[in-house]
Amino acid sequence: MTTQAAPPVERKDFEATKKMKAVMGQYFKELEQGSQQGKKTAWCTSVGPAELLRALGYNVYFPENHGAMLGATRMATDLIPLANARGYSPDICSYLTSDIGSYLKGQSPLQKMGMSGPPRPDVLVFNTNQCRDVKDWFQFYAREWNVPCIGVHTPRSLGELDEPIIEDVAHQIRALVMPLEEIAGQKLDPAKLREIVVLSRRCTDLWKAVLETCANIPAPMTFFDGTIQMGPAVVLRGHPSAVDYYETLLAELKQRVADGIPAVPGERFRVYWEGMPVWGKLRDLSIQFASLHTCVVASTYCNSWIFDDLDPDDPFRSMARAYCRLFICRSEDAKEHYMEEMVAKYRVSGIIYHDAKTCPNNSNNRYQMPQRLEAKLGIPHLVIHGDLNDLRLYSEEQARTNIQAFIEQLAQK
Amino acid sequence: MRYFCGIDIGASSAKLVIVDETGRVVGRALRRSGVDYALAAEHNLAEALAAAGLRREDIARSISTGYGRDNVPWAHGTMTEITCHAKGAWHHFRRRITVIDIGAQDSKVIHLDDNGRRVGFKMNRKCAAGTGAFLEEIALRLALNIEDLNELAEQSKKEVTLGSFCTVFTATEILSKIRAGEKVEDIVKGAFRSVVKRLEEMDSPDGDIVMTGGVAAHNPCLVRLLGESFGRPVHVPPDPQLTGAYGAALLAMEHAAAKKEPQPR
Repeated sequence: MTTQAAPPVERKDFEATKKMKAVMGQYFKELEQGSQQGKKTAWCTSVGPAELLRALGYNVYFPENHGAMLGATRMATDLIPLANARGYSPDICSYLTSDIGSYLKGQSPLQKMGMSGPPRPDVLVFNTNQCRDVKDWFQFYAREWNVPCIGVHTPRSLGELDEPIIEDVAHQIRALVMPLEEIAGQKLDPAKLREIVVLSRRCTDLWKAVLETCANIPAPMTFFDGTIQMGPAVVLRGHPSAVDYYETLLAELKQRVADGIPAVPGERFRVYWEGMPVWGKLRDLSIQFASLHTCVVASTYCNSWIFDDLDPDDPFRSMARAYCRLFICRSEDAKEHYMEEMVAKYRVSGIIYHDAKTCPNNSNNRYQMPQRLEAKLGIPHLVIHGDLNDLRLYSEEQARTNIQAFIEQLAQK
Repeated sequence: MRYFCGIDIGASSAKLVIVDETGRVVGRALRRSGVDYALAAEHNLAEALAAAGLRREDIARSISTGYGRDNVPWAHGTMTEITCHAKGAWHHFRRRITVIDIGAQDSKVIHLDDNGRRVGFKMNRKCAAGTGAFLEEIALRLALNIEDLNELAEQSKKEVTLGSFCTVFTATEILSKIRAGEKVEDIVKGAFRSVVKRLEEMDSPDGDIVMTGGVAAHNPCLVRLLGESFGRPVHVPPDPQLTGAYGAALLAMEHAAAKKEPQPR
């Protein structure tokens, strides 16, 4: 076959997306108005103790979401150099550098949503389960605004999630309660925490079900859709509006599966995306894959907001377990085992690894995993060199040719 | 008799091959890609048709490849240079091989199994080290014509090591070698070795190596150095610079045989 790009494929937008705009709009509005309404604001890393913060009445803001917006709007590449000039290397997390650059320049995509910019925090709460960079990132703002920066130091490269590790992390989360109560001006109500964990678990169960609809052939949604649809799961877990949203989206996806409506018309190939999105190229990549009749059906990235361990009957330990099970802080063996399960579940015939230059922690091609999995599973892989936000590190032509060549390889008789 | 055309618009040069139904090359053309890829393709087609004594309508199907593959309005389809170089190389050797193509802007290592199926490939990262562009930069720095590099390298009697990854810093390193009194031919050979090292770092070959592309076509010394480094035979097909275009022409023939309808552009 030739893999000549077909004309752009007509895609029907998801009906649910209209609702998402309202849900996300309300979330940002509440963030903007928080201080006027007497609410405290906590900044939280994406897999930090958001449930605890909500239970204490905080408005919770996730700077990584802002980082992704800076990438998707392509503002990042102009802002990163400002942080570089202040001593943050171009080689470290480009969420960090683009976010700090955004602060330094006073420009944010949130301004287009009627906000003045990111809300000022009363406290910054990190979890290093992802990387050390999130703590460095938060500490910049802690110094800048003289607000407390506290958090959880999670061990990394975890194999089995042994009890002593879970107990240690749970202990660290419990130790946050007192300082967070003090800043919030209220005591933690165990019943409230339980209620939030119930909602968070419900959100994550629904998000998992949403992603798992893509195990169907053809898949009703792509990874690129997923990076947009995951918004509420990222910023509103523990909030009823996220649950409500994913109930709507799941119903729509199930209907699309029943009606045989594919995300990629004429789906011929199914591949897995490992690593960060290239936020500034989501649309281009989505169009290229669709034109090659290829659906990126699943990704570690979107899956990273599935927290099966959350248990309202044991909130602290289950939060610890959920945050430690995160792919990014696991050992190579655990990651490989996980990937094998995903390849089987989603019936993919190839794996694409994104080697994100500024995100070594979430680039899993660097310790021979692609070669080991290829030998074990007998499916080919491709590595794309790029970055989550810094488009200076991405070569459009090389990525385009690599992807087309990879699909040509899958198309061989 | 029906004829099939492959056109490879690379970053530096545009190559075109016309084959007949037996796969025999009946026309070819090569010129600088320039800045108007469509025009380069058009000129190449006219030249190759004239040489073969054919008319445009004699071409049953054509495939374009290379960086400018989407800029050939008359091509019936596009395929990547990775697939086309593999196809062209396989046609000559027909066994498990690793194809190494050094182009002007990128280098590729392509693995083919015993049946000619591609089992993997790698392109260089976003970096010119180990590509034709690297050698062009070195030639510029040494005030040499790119065509003269091979002859000079062949005269070298001494190993000069260039240690930098980066093309620009290698050029700076060359200045220090010149200051230290190193001979130009030894520096050029050092630059060839540098290209070979970058390729060694990219991937491990299987089977014999087949080198394609303009760098292999013009620099037998570099081909020999690569063979020494990898410790295995290195073959170069006829007209290695045209291998991608030739592969594209063979693929056009295969697709026509499979009765694939031309895809609308």
